[in-house]
Amino acid sequence: MLRIIAAVIGRDLKLAMRRQADIVSALFFFIIVVSLFPLGIGPEPELLRKLAPGVLWVAALLATMLSLPRMFADDHRDGTLEQLALAPHPLGLVVTGKVIAHWLVSGLPLALIAPVLGIQFDLSSDALVALTFAILIGTPALSGIGAIGAALTMGLRGGGVLLSLLVLPLYIPVLIFGAGAVDATVSGLGGEGHLSLLAALTFASLGFAPWASAAALKIALE
Amino acid sequence: MLEADNLECVRGERRLFAGLGFKLEAGELLYLQGKNGSGKTSLLRMLIGLLPPEAGEIRWKGESIKSDEFRADLCYLGHLNAIKEELTPLENLLASAHLADEALSEDDALDALEQVGLAGREDLACKYLSQGQKRRVALARLVKEKRPLWILDEPFVALDIAAVDWLAGIISGHLQRGGLAVMTTHQLVDIPAGTVRELRLS
Repeated sequence: MLRIIAAVIGRDLKLAMRRQADIVSALFFFIIVVSLFPLGIGPEPELLRKLAPGVLWVAALLATMLSLPRMFADDHRDGTLEQLALAPHPLGLVVTGKVIAHWLVSGLPLALIAPVLGIQFDLSSDALVALTFAILIGTPALSGIGAIGAALTMGLRGGGVLLSLLVLPLYIPVLIFGAGAVDATVSGLGGEGHLSLLAALTFASLGFAPWASAAALKIALE
Repeated sequence: MLEADNLECVRGERRLFAGLGFKLEAGELLYLQGKNGSGKTSLLRMLIGLLPPEAGEIRWKGESIKSDEFRADLCYLGHLNAIKEELTPLENLLASAHLADEALSEDDALDALEQVGLAGREDLACKYLSQGQKRRVALARLVKEKRPLWILDEPFVALDIAAVDWLAGIISGHLQRGGLAVMTTHQLVDIPAGTVRELRLS
C-alpha cells in the first residue's frame, strides 16, 4: 500500500522537477499578490498587521488553485490515468499519492516563503511562527479538497472556472481557522486551538477526499 | 477463461450492439473487426471494466471482472500511449511497472527497449521521439509482460513494417505460453501461433 503511494509521489515529483515553471509561477503569484497589499495600503503598521493573516491566506488559496486543474488533466490526456485505474489496487491510493505530491510542490513552498512575506506586514516573530505552522498544516487540506474538484471537472472545457466555483467555497473553513490562528496569536490568546482544528480538517480531507476523487475519476473515465 | 454474455452497449442515444457474447480460452486470440464507430473500443473498455455494460455480464475465470484479481491478470494497451513526454523511455517503463505494482529490474527494462529498437535512446525525453517511437515505448511494456490477458486497441498503428512483424511475433509468443489476447485492428496481420477467432461488429 505504502509502496504504491510512494511510487506515485516519486513519479509526480520527477515530473514536477522536469517542469519547474509550474511550481515557480504559482510561488511567484503568491509572492506578488501578497507584496501588492503593503504597497497599495501604505506604511501603516497597525492596519497591515491586522490585514496580514487574511491576505496571506487568501493568496495561498488562490495560488493553490492555480495548479489544481492539471492535477489529473495531464494524466487523462496521455492515457496514464486509464492505466492507473486498471492497476490491481484501489484508485484511492493512487489519488492519495497525487494529493501528497501536489502538496509537496504547491503547499510546502508557500509555507516556507510565508514568514519572509509576513515581515512586510510588520508581524511579530510569534505571529510569523503561527503563520508558518498554519500554512504548513492547512495546505494539505487545500490539496485534498481541491483533488475532488479537479476530478469532477476533469476533461471539461473551461473547467478551470468551474473548478474555482466548486472548490473555493469549500476552502472557507481552512481560511477561517488558518487566519484565526495568526489573529489569536497576535491578540495573545494563543493559536493552538485553531491549529488543532486546522489539523483535524487536514486529516479529515486526506482520509476522505482521495476516495471521493477516485469515484469521480471512475465516472469520468467511462 | 474470458466469457462475455449477452452484452449490450449504448453510447448517447445509439445502441451500438446488443446480445453480444463470446468465450475465449487459453492460447486464443480474438480479432475484433468492424468499421469506425461500430463499438470496437467501447467493447474493449467493457472488457477491461472501465465501461459498465448496459446489460449482460463479463466473467474472467468464472468470476466477475470487478475485482483486483482480474486487474492483476490484465494488460491493456489503449490507443493513447500512456507515456509521459517529460520522462525518458527507461523512466516511463520503470514508472509504469512500479505503478502497476510489478517488479521490473532496470536491466529487464533496458533489454525490452533494445528489443523494440530504442537502444541508444533510453535517456532521451519522450517528447523528442517520433510518433512511431513513442508507440514502441508503449509496446515495450509487452516484452516482459507475464500477465495472461492482453487487451490491445489498435496495436499496429504508427508502426513500420518490421515493427509490425516483431509485434506479431510477441503476440504469438504470448499465445504459445497459454495467454489470451483480444485486439482490434484495421490491418489484418497474420499471427503465426494460437487459435485465431474473429468477431465482426456491425
